[in-house]
Amino acid sequence: MLEIKNLSVNYGGIRALKGVSLCVEQKKIATLIGANGAGKSTTLRAITSLVKPSGGQIFFEGEDITNMPTREIVARGIVLVPEGRHVFPNLTVLENLMLGAYLRKDSSQISRDYDYVFELFPKLKERSWQMAGTLSGGEQQMLAVGRALMARPKLIMMDEPSLGLAPLVVRDIFHIISQINAQGVTVLLIEQNANAALKLADTGYVMELGRISMSGGGRDLLQNEQIRSAYLGKAKDVSK
Amino acid sequence: MATLFQQFTNALALGCLYGLVAVGYSMVYGILHLINFANSSVFMFSMYFAFYSVSVFYLPWYFGLIAMLALTILLGVCIERIAYQPLRSAPRISLTISAIGVAYLLENFATVVFTAVPKSFPDIPFLQEVIVLGNGEWRIQRLVIFVVISMVVLIAALLFFLEHTKMGVATRAVSKDFETSQLMGININAVIRVTFIIGSGLTAFGAFMWGLKYPQISPTVGAMPGTKCFIAAVVGGIGNIKGAVLGGIILGLVEVMLVYFFPGLSGYRDIFAFIILILILLFKPTGLFGAKVTDKA
Ligand SMILES: Nc1ncnc2c1ncn2[C@@H]1O[C@H](COP(=O)(O)OP(=O)(O)OP(=O)(O)O)[C@@H](O)[C@H]1O
Ligand SMILES: [Mg+2]
Repeated sequence: MLEIKNLSVNYGGIRALKGVSLCVEQKKIATLIGANGAGKSTTLRAITSLVKPSGGQIFFEGEDITNMPTREIVARGIVLVPEGRHVFPNLTVLENLMLGAYLRKDSSQISRDYDYVFELFPKLKERSWQMAGTLSGGEQQMLAVGRALMARPKLIMMDEPSLGLAPLVVRDIFHIISQINAQGVTVLLIEQNANAALKLADTGYVMELGRISMSGGGRDLLQNEQIRSAYLGKAKDVSK
Repeated sequence: MATLFQQFTNALALGCLYGLVAVGYSMVYGILHLINFANSSVFMFSMYFAFYSVSVFYLPWYFGLIAMLALTILLGVCIERIAYQPLRSAPRISLTISAIGVAYLLENFATVVFTAVPKSFPDIPFLQEVIVLGNGEWRIQRLVIFVVISMVVLIAALLFFLEHTKMGVATRAVSKDFETSQLMGININAVIRVTFIIGSGLTAFGAFMWGLKYPQISPTVGAMPGTKCFIAAVVGGIGNIKGAVLGGIILGLVEVMLVYFFPGLSGYRDIFAFIILILILLFKPTGLFGAKVTDKA
């Protein structure tokens, strides 16, 4: 569904991505793990055209979307839940959700999707008139995910959705990710919590210094000795 | 009493005028974090547009106003497209310098094309007529009524747009976060263009009313009202619409009423705005309606 070929990105002199190739299959969950600064966020930002790649190509459903304006990529069904949530603090919860559906015209379906999001995150319903900036961190994360779902995406990409959340909330988030996937939405997940991510994922990619150093089935990577020592060593499994 | 009333209505009209233009400064600042120095020149051009429409091409004043609005908006949008849009990801200071450059360019261009010899703003007897109320003591210029009503209608429409339309919500989103707005599928250039349409339109309205009060047009005519309206926006808390309106009204009232009560100060009337600016910057730098901090992220 999403295929990246030999993607490179430079920030000024810094080469953040040095020829990344990866593939996300339809209706599956793929995860991208790696140390801080490996280039995970940069990969997602390049897919959504927030940074311009200096080389390589990105295909979505067979179409070359490299360098397309961000809004056209979003219109094709790719959404990004950015690192650090980035809800609009000066807008209400409801307005944030409304912007998630910005490009959609099917208003009757949109109102049903509000209900779907409120079902996933009942907290948001209680607080729908509150300014998003006054929500707690966990609630903001829920809003960021809910807002992405309002776009009815084919592919949802999440950049560290569990960052800074309490273990219980992290479990909820992982549960919701598999629920979203069960609805037929393809997922590309970035996680520090490699253990939980690999358990959930059909495919895993390991990124090191701007390159994919290893890939395979989620469960297989979980068994891999190298990965166990590098990424799973001290990570506590909070997904149980 | 009757002159007090008349002075008060004059002050109110001037304040509404300042408020309208201040809202334009405030919106542009809100979205681009740019003090749009070029707007003084847009104000000046707008007055020339009115002069040519009405005094040269003999349009009736209401068509003249429409032509003036359309041309001013076109000018504002062109400035944005040519001088600001290419600098979208440049540091803020580049944008500010670009705005100052445009201001000088337009001013000099105006001197060449219109010459420095002042022209006079067209007379519009209908609006300048004084209506006599009651026993003949209470007098009010029709312009005052026109200004106040325009202000209320335009600001109400603007607030409705920002609060209740999809584009309006998108405008507020873009003013907070370009990137995330793009991730929603918002065309930020289109949103910014709309902001400039609104800002330039309000500036044209302001210039129209200014011309009727102070009918002399020259290439530097925009500097004083432009600066005062910007001050009004800062006084109200830049980026805040209701604040800009209030800042404008305060400025108008102070300026006219101080001179009324202390006629000896009349030579200094242009200084009041700056004194207010300094006081605000000293005691409440975020302005009267300064941005609330709701950002936790
Ligand atoms: N805007 C930028 N300007 C310059 N360098 C950048 C920029 N953004 C990222 N980088 C650099 O690119 C590299 C990859 O960054 P990226 O954010 O993709 O890492 P990451 O894998 O997401 O890390 P983390 O797990 O900490 O979020 C880092 O070395 C970072 O310093
Ligand atoms: Mg990152």
